[in-house]
Amino acid sequence: MSDSQTTTLQAHHHHDPSLLVQFDTAYQQKDASQFGMWVFLITEIMFFGGLFGAYLIYRNLYNPAFVAASTSIAIKWGAINTAVLICSSLTMAMGVHSAALGARKLLVFWLGATLVLGSVFLGIKGIEYYDKYTEHHIPGANFDFNYDRAEKGEKLVPADVATQTSIFFALYFAMTGMHALHMIIGAGILVFLIWRAYHGAYPPHHYTMVENFGLYWHFVDIIWIFLFPLLYLVSRSPVH
Amino acid sequence: MSAGGDHIVSPKIYVTIWLILLAFTGITVAAAYQNFGIFNPIIALTIACTKATLVILFFMHVKYSPKMIALVIGCGLFFLSILMVLTCADYLSRAWIM
Repeated sequence: MSDSQTTTLQAHHHHDPSLLVQFDTAYQQKDASQFGMWVFLITEIMFFGGLFGAYLIYRNLYNPAFVAASTSIAIKWGAINTAVLICSSLTMAMGVHSAALGARKLLVFWLGATLVLGSVFLGIKGIEYYDKYTEHHIPGANFDFNYDRAEKGEKLVPADVATQTSIFFALYFAMTGMHALHMIIGAGILVFLIWRAYHGAYPPHHYTMVENFGLYWHFVDIIWIFLFPLLYLVSRSPVH
Repeated sequence: MSAGGDHIVSPKIYVTIWLILLAFTGITVAAAYQNFGIFNPIIALTIACTKATLVILFFMHVKYSPKMIALVIGCGLFFLSILMVLTCADYLSRAWIM
């Protein structure tokens, strides 16, 4: 009898309900699960890649408009949100660490902290979107880049450049909106995970769900790590 | 696949990576206010790629995961590079035939 068959029989003898029939060992099951999660994340990279590609082309075509539009968004909120997401990645990593150690209460605490930080990020994003709404910077019928720039002591941009800034803002809302949607879905899954973790659903030998969600959360963090410099930091030096 | 067993990463490593990521965020904001000409976006993207690599290797455990995971990521980045390079090859060369 081969080794794998022996293991299968042993697994069945132990009646481990978390080990599915198609796997020989818990490790094999876990490796397969993580592999699948990574393949999913690759499809996400390609999905966001299309948006980044569009950004690259239009930034080349309409550079002055991109400089003007990027400078009009508040760097303060963007930088704070970057820090918030990095902190949430730390709390998520600590959550996975607690799950591996079998510390149920700590797992619930760290997942809760991740949910709070994720919500703070979305709240700040809401403030930013509201600012853009009052400034008439949302592409559409009421779009007017120069709307209140004179009152705020900011330099008016030429009419053609002002029209072109709507391309930047279309990309800004598409990219940050799609990122925020991923955060909202992540927050929803977190609520589920916290509830399940509280009831002891993730023992140290079977917490792949927490680990794979961690991969998703860190991936969403990485997308923001690229969105922040590309959208907020196009050109902040006074020379331009 | 893996040797079997979870590699428990010390919280010290997580905190160190977290501090480095926060420091890089400060550096990238400070660098954006300087005029380095063409190097501004290059510096910003280099810092972003460094931060992403740290997250992938440590927070996402790829440093401690089976080599196949690294291969999957490599494949993904390869296809992403095809998307970017061929798109640019089209758009950036259109002006040449005018």
